[in-house]
Amino acid sequence: MDLTLSPSEREFRDRLRAWLAGNNPGPDPPGDDAAFEHRRDWQRKLFDAGYAGFAWPKEYGGQGATLVEQAIFGEEMARAKAPQPVNILGLVMGGPVVIHHGTEEQKERWLRPILTADEIWCQGFSEPESGSDLASLKTRAIKSNGEWLVTGQKVWTTYARRSKWCMLVARTDPDAPKHQGLTYFIMDMEQDAVQVRPLAQITGEPEFNELFMEEARIPDENVVGGVGNGWGVAITTLMNERAGLGAASAAGVRIALGELRELADERGVADDPVVRQRIGQLTIEVELLRLNAWRGLSAIMKRGVPGPEGSLPKWQWSEVNQALTELAIDILGEDGAAWDSPWAYRFLRARANSIEGGTTEILKNIVAERVLGLPKLR
Amino acid sequence: MNFDFTDDQHAIKRTAKDFLADRFTLERVRELAESREYDDAAWREMCELGWAGIFASERYGGQGLGMVELVILMEELGYALAPVPFLSNAAAGLALQFAGTPEQRERWLPGIASGGARGTVGLVGGGEARLVPDAESAEVIVIFTGVGGFVVERSGADVEPIETIDLTRRFARVRADGGDPLVGDGGDAPYRIATAVAAELTGVGQRGMEMAVQYARERKQFGRPIGAYQAVSHRCAQMLLEVEGARSASYYAGWCADAEPETLPLAASMAKAYASDAGWRVTASSLQVHGGIGFTWEHDLHFFLKRAKVDGMLYGSAGELRDDVAALSGVEAVAPAPA
Ligand SMILES: Cc1cc2nc3c(=O)[nH]c(=O)nc-3n(C[C@H](O)[C@H](O)[C@H](O)COP(=O)(O)OP(=O)(O)OC[C@H]3O[C@@H](n4cnc5c(N)ncnc54)[C@H](O)[C@@H]3O)c2cc1C
Repeated sequence: MDLTLSPSEREFRDRLRAWLAGNNPGPDPPGDDAAFEHRRDWQRKLFDAGYAGFAWPKEYGGQGATLVEQAIFGEEMARAKAPQPVNILGLVMGGPVVIHHGTEEQKERWLRPILTADEIWCQGFSEPESGSDLASLKTRAIKSNGEWLVTGQKVWTTYARRSKWCMLVARTDPDAPKHQGLTYFIMDMEQDAVQVRPLAQITGEPEFNELFMEEARIPDENVVGGVGNGWGVAITTLMNERAGLGAASAAGVRIALGELRELADERGVADDPVVRQRIGQLTIEVELLRLNAWRGLSAIMKRGVPGPEGSLPKWQWSEVNQALTELAIDILGEDGAAWDSPWAYRFLRARANSIEGGTTEILKNIVAERVLGLPKLR
Repeated sequence: MNFDFTDDQHAIKRTAKDFLADRFTLERVRELAESREYDDAAWREMCELGWAGIFASERYGGQGLGMVELVILMEELGYALAPVPFLSNAAAGLALQFAGTPEQRERWLPGIASGGARGTVGLVGGGEARLVPDAESAEVIVIFTGVGGFVVERSGADVEPIETIDLTRRFARVRADGGDPLVGDGGDAPYRIATAVAAELTGVGQRGMEMAVQYARERKQFGRPIGAYQAVSHRCAQMLLEVEGARSASYYAGWCADAEPETLPLAASMAKAYASDAGWRVTASSLQVHGGIGFTWEHDLHFFLKRAKVDGMLYGSAGELRDDVAALSGVEAVAPAPA
């Protein structure tokens, strides 16, 4: 057991920290479009410095970073309060899926523009009738003259309005059992048969969208992982989504905790015994998130693959982030009610944490069934 | 960066698990608890294996290993719920090794490390130490007062046995007017002791969870195993979350004690605070999963539940330690990006 960084890991961290000190563009400017451009510029800067797709293998334009370096990267980005690179879905989901399941031609075509943020990606999984029960999805893809025609509706599609490509899971065989009739496509969003309608969130922002497809066309070479294998490919996407969260999200809440403590000091409640108990508990849980993430990484380094216990950090993180922002609002009292209070946005946004990327209930099901071996209800 | 045991540490864990599973079947634990006894023969074997002094310097007859190894043993002892005077003696050993004068160490550590002349530790609150394990049978008692500590011989202290709800362990109240002072304020020895208890709670919680999961797979109601109902399965998932948290926290505190003692106070306070809550919540939740059978004396779960509750009070409660965490942690100090 050794929880210190090796000399080379430390050197990497110091180099990154120094680079961030000189290059971090700071928080998003107001306005959706301005924020988008800000994050796109930021990703290009990351790309030029070799930090975009940093976890990807070198032959695909990444740095082949070790898991520890990836964790350090996430921690340092959070520590510097750097914005997210704009093409986050492409970087953490689309790219890894193409690298893992794609053909050489697909890699050649798609990977580089993900890294450069020239082509933005979105994830078209959820549908109005199929959220947690993703495998029940109804969007249909029918093969006709060597290409696929897709009809159906997706929802909650983050960044759809800005995207060139959509990771789309559609039903290609309605007669097969529900997990087997699915196929994973990369759909071009720039066609009339795809309509995007923004949906406002409780924060007021239109971060996610509805997607309507009416015989949208997808060439056969845009199938990833083979016809009928969509479920397995989708699972890779979700595992990446959840695994990627570990260390970086732990670092994110650690920063937020620091701000919460400053708030408690400013408001003169740092000596209140109830506030102290809550801060003490949050401090412990934030630290546990980090420790569990590192323990999980050590397990992956030993066994090679992330296990279903990868569902713990995402669940835990959502609870911590919600509790933390709730305490901030409690400390602010009536001032916490104002739209423009600095915590109101974070407090509201945190409500999505236990829904996006798999609800807490679904994560508990996964833990119960796959980690603890409890029977399924179905 | 590697948050995993070494091969040697894994070997210690396996040996301990096998040994304890063999010596402490649940029937045996029950028999000992009901007769308020320890298993002296098994205790002697543990001493021969070198467990009693696993962390003590070789010069005093110990194994010269660290807190991580002690944490490994404590977790397994908790899992087995072994009725032996291990924790009390280890606490005294830690106190003397890390806060004793050279003379005190010379005098007491060999007996503690061999298990032949045991010790224990009490924390004073309100003039007396109210929850001291194995004080009656110890030769030496270390008392921490919050600002320092001292060492008294058993014969020089007023020891009043009390029966707690945890029948797998003997306790007493101890009053002593003073004794031979420890070095300084006692240093970080109390945090090492708290870490050991956190590890024990992890093992207790793990066992409570395993009992719940096994029962949820087997017990059928309404035509299916109760573990298929989410009200039950989600309880079990919550148990896993809390047990894993207690485990990460106590392993980390053990590592801090060995490698980065300056971070130990905070790490140990976190571990003991979290594990105290987790141990209780997990075993209580396990009882709920068991339904009526879980409330019977005949079922073994209550021995774990009671150990968890009393361990939670021992050497610092969750509430006290959470407050310490709030006090000790500036954010950078809490969780520096690993350096
Ligand atoms: C901010 C945000 C961004 C998102 N971005 C995307 C995106 O980019 N692309 C995308 O495809 N999706 C996205 N989603 C969708 C997200 O993945 C789904 O909302 C989520 O999977 C839940 O599906 P649902 O909303 O249909 O809820 P439902 O599945 O209908 O769930 C409703 C409630 O029932 C519970 N429930 C459902 N099934 C079970 C069960 N078996 N056991 C116990 N409880 C159950 C759920 O936990 C929940 O509490 C986003 C969501 C949010 C909030």
